[in-house]
Amino acid sequence: MVLVYVETTGGEIRKAGQEALTYGRKLADKAVTTCVALVLGKATDPAGAGRYGASRVLHAGDGALDAFESGLYASAIAAAARQTGARFVVMAHSANGKSLAGRVAVRLEAGCVSAVNDLPDLSGGCAVRKGVYSGKAMAEVQVLTPVAVLTVAGNAIQPVVVGDKAPVEPFAPELPARKVRVKGVDKVEGLVPLPEAEIVVSAGRGMKGPENWGIVEELARELGATTACSRPVADSGWRPHHEHVGQTGIAIRPNLYIAIGISGAIQHLAGVNRSKVIVVINKDPEAPFFKAADYGVVGDLFEVVPRLTEAIRRSKGSH
Amino acid sequence: MSTFAGTKTPGFDLNSLRMNILVGVIKTPDTTAKIAFTDNNTRLDTQGVAFIMNPYDEWYALVRALEIKEAVGGQVTLIAVGDAEYDQILRKGLAIGADDAIRIDTEAMDSFQVAREIARQVRAGSYDLVFLGKETIDHNGSEVGAMLAELLDWPFLSYANKLELNGEVATVNREIEGGVETMEVSPPFVLSAAKGLAEQRIPNMRGIMMAKTKPLQVVAPEQGDARVRFASYTLPKEKSSVRLIAPDQMDELVRLLKEEAKVL
Repeated sequence: MVLVYVETTGGEIRKAGQEALTYGRKLADKAVTTCVALVLGKATDPAGAGRYGASRVLHAGDGALDAFESGLYASAIAAAARQTGARFVVMAHSANGKSLAGRVAVRLEAGCVSAVNDLPDLSGGCAVRKGVYSGKAMAEVQVLTPVAVLTVAGNAIQPVVVGDKAPVEPFAPELPARKVRVKGVDKVEGLVPLPEAEIVVSAGRGMKGPENWGIVEELARELGATTACSRPVADSGWRPHHEHVGQTGIAIRPNLYIAIGISGAIQHLAGVNRSKVIVVINKDPEAPFFKAADYGVVGDLFEVVPRLTEAIRRSKGSH
Repeated sequence: MSTFAGTKTPGFDLNSLRMNILVGVIKTPDTTAKIAFTDNNTRLDTQGVAFIMNPYDEWYALVRALEIKEAVGGQVTLIAVGDAEYDQILRKGLAIGADDAIRIDTEAMDSFQVAREIARQVRAGSYDLVFLGKETIDHNGSEVGAMLAELLDWPFLSYANKLELNGEVATVNREIEGGVETMEVSPPFVLSAAKGLAEQRIPNMRGIMMAKTKPLQVVAPEQGDARVRFASYTLPKEKSSVRLIAPDQMDELVRLLKEEAKVL
């Protein structure tokens, strides 16, 4: 049995939840077992977890679970794992998933492997690969316990719809008292959050000043991408801190990362080197980022970026 | 800087607010280190690798702990699970301003062993808060904080980029995807630190001198099994060299992204 904790936002299954479900369903196929989804708190369509392959859905609709708290959520997930006899507990490697996995693993006396990006090898137990050293290497991690808790790295797997709605069973675990009060959530509206974005357009000091960001935003808009920036740009207040990607900022792994006027310091690369395809635009042919790039354009970004935006516009028109 | 200043009203008993803070630190290869493996790819090749204190532990967790102590009084204790090579990391933390340090003398096999050892010291001491970095830059697991919180049955505030204490209530901002969550909690709790929580402090000469005489207690580990094992490591395939596109050939770049890379 594979139990997947499915994250929701505003009651809807998030992309990270769809990815965890798809991973869980593929893992269940591999282990010749079934995949059960667990949805916590308010949910508009818990049965929708069936589309990604869950054979049934446990829904704990207790109002105490409407706002996140790691202790409460972990207790509910562990209870569901025990009830279903789960051998694998799967969740997203998201802010919430990362806060939960260790707690759930302690409760279940399970081994925990976080940010996995492959299905495990089950031939001799459970061995699974994950990125280590900030993307510089991969490790194969063996789980030494009967139960494994796995968090799935963002964008490691594409959500796949394989079925239809699944039956929903109410689930009412005993919950501990809440210790953390959630006072509010401030979301940046309108954009796909950086850790979930499939295309990221990022710019650095080569932009010369915050007033020049129009061309970056226009390219991002044309691509349906999320904007990001390098550390010096965030530190000098040209762009908000939540856009900072890199070692100390947010680590991302989009399908396409376009770096504009960023030299590619190792600290920056540590946060973006797991991107599937990297395009670097820089006027300095010696910029270290070109060594990590798949495609490079050596040129003046103030000319190249608008041309790229135009080319994308044209390519859409031709379809 | 600190909102604690507001709590220092005349006649207020500062002793009642004293915070004993335990800060977990770990030793990692320097960010710029070239990573290679040895012993049939089962161990990091440490030849020529410089080790540092994990940046999230040093810059954010430790410094915010020191700021709190400076504002309300109390004690900042460092804790690490590792062999004698950890002592230089702990001395650096003491030079930055921590009061004392505990080293649990064992090489942990997994994050659970680390969490279990730290939990044991928390139970044996009298700590109000435990701070850690949001993740280590070697195993990138983000696991110890959550495990420790569960072992202690304490709240866990992860990825905190802001922490204010007003009397017995802490307000914490936590990074979530595309936003920030604001929470209130009372000590004791475990917190993992992200950028923004504090600013890096460079130890000065006086701090470095004082660090030499600050207590560093070495304690024996509790024996217990690991739950996962890092069996082997691989390096990513060498990236083929970059394909350069002329700046006036952006239609070609778009074509390649669509047809060759298949990302558009």
